[in-house]
Amino acid sequence: MSTPRFEPLGDDALLVRFGERIEAETNAQVHTLAARLRDRSPPWLRDLVPAYASLAVFFDTDHAPASDAHAVVRESVEALLADPSSRSVGDTGLHEIPVCYGGEYGEDLIDAAQTLGCDTASLIARHSAPVYTVAMIGFAPGFPYLLGLDPALALPRLATPCTRVPAGSVAIGGAQAGIYPRESPGGWRLLGRTPAMLFDAGRAQPALLQPGDRVRFVPIDEATFRHLAASP
Amino acid sequence: MSAWQVLSPGVQTTVQDQGRHGWRHLGVARAGAMDPSALAMANRLVGNDEGAAGLEIALQGPRLRLPRACRIALTGATVQARWNDVPLPMGRPIDLPAGELALGPLRDGARAWLAVAGGIATPAVLGSRSTDLRGGFGGVDGRALATGDRLPVGEVRREVAIARQPAFPAWWIDVDDPWTADRHVLRYVPSALPAALMLAAQVWRTHPNSNRQGVRLRGTGLPAGTGDGVSEPVAVGTLQLPPDGQPILLLADAQTVGGYPRLGHVIACDLGRAAQLRPGEPVHFEPVTLDQARSLAREHAYRLARLRIAIAQRVQA
Repeated sequence: MSTPRFEPLGDDALLVRFGERIEAETNAQVHTLAARLRDRSPPWLRDLVPAYASLAVFFDTDHAPASDAHAVVRESVEALLADPSSRSVGDTGLHEIPVCYGGEYGEDLIDAAQTLGCDTASLIARHSAPVYTVAMIGFAPGFPYLLGLDPALALPRLATPCTRVPAGSVAIGGAQAGIYPRESPGGWRLLGRTPAMLFDAGRAQPALLQPGDRVRFVPIDEATFRHLAASP
Repeated sequence: MSAWQVLSPGVQTTVQDQGRHGWRHLGVARAGAMDPSALAMANRLVGNDEGAAGLEIALQGPRLRLPRACRIALTGATVQARWNDVPLPMGRPIDLPAGELALGPLRDGARAWLAVAGGIATPAVLGSRSTDLRGGFGGVDGRALATGDRLPVGEVRREVAIARQPAFPAWWIDVDDPWTADRHVLRYVPSALPAALMLAAQVWRTHPNSNRQGVRLRGTGLPAGTGDGVSEPVAVGTLQLPPDGQPILLLADAQTVGGYPRLGHVIACDLGRAAQLRPGEPVHFEPVTLDQARSLAREHAYRLARLRIAIAQRVQA
């Protein structure tokens, strides 16, 4: 594991930065450290926020009695990183996310195919082929940023964000892939929509996907979408 | 359980507590009172746990029908408060008979907090009763109060004696020291970004398009890098520098990750001041070291500890 850099993130968090780029290996280091900190669950640990290349460790200042809480947390992270029994994140299981592509479900599909110089069928095939990793969750509760998009499918974002992206929209923004959990504004290109409920604050486990999880898109037709959307 | 009836909602009145913790990895904001200490002390004044939910009132308060006698307290910016036309003071426990509670415009700040004995008892979502306006959950259906809403109030250990007029003591508390707390000065720990110290070199103004997610600042634009960086976690208090060079101070409803470069972080004990900034007001940023930030945080903690003792001694008497 590479040596990260540390930076305070306000009074009650430490940012651990493994790199400056979006790449699978760096992101895996982030999830490994997050998993090991969670396993150890020190009394001061409040929140762990994994991102593409960095991890924020939020601590409860009441449980970090030393005068320099950031240093205490940093030492603890360094000790974990130096530990030779360093384990990588275990197999987290694969989520299959059903997606109805095109039409009213993905209104940018035809334009996107044209921009990329291919037909919609091959765009769907190439979008649903890889196993993606949930690199991080952000922007909105439950919004997964997915690593693993075929670089040839990168699409520029809209110059003016759309005010109403429907919930469940499966989208590409630049070289990133994601899913909108809830109707919201957004500037990514919409290829399709999933009937899966990505985030529900009323569930004990509110988010369908956790940071570090693996995801594959499974193309479905309109009838299947309606059937799945009707059966919770 | 009794319920208050919302006769008019005010500009933006929300149910808040000390915020939602432990879910940031799923993109869930902290939410919670914009000045957690002010709500915590209001709760103490009415005999609640500090974590109880109350109302956060922005700029202009709501009118509420209270079907039963209750004990309330108000902290934060001075709010013109009346019970059936009897003026009510800030910073102390007030016993109110059933009637109408009208909270008018706020003076000397932008936000006030109301605690009621028993707490506002809307259902907890993900461990908190706070309203997450962007996520659309918590509080009353994840939104600000609307006319006709009913606000459940929790059971109290000790009923308020039935009286015909509001009753309150002559003493009061100030959560912030009124002589030293200036909402126009925010202290921050600068980042390593070259523009980080330039933030302190001018007086900024708050943009009217500011909200619980963040305060936008207007001034002479700072030199910003080109384009977005790789998204990294952000926190309540993060100062972001978008490409237009006009900084944004992230507040209680802040998102969890962001791609803009960071100028630094406003220290936690000054975020309550930031909550009081009205649209178009001047703001000055003062850089401090991490060590200074820690000692300021300790000072703030001591002040709260002294307030808790003072309240406990008086409220029991």
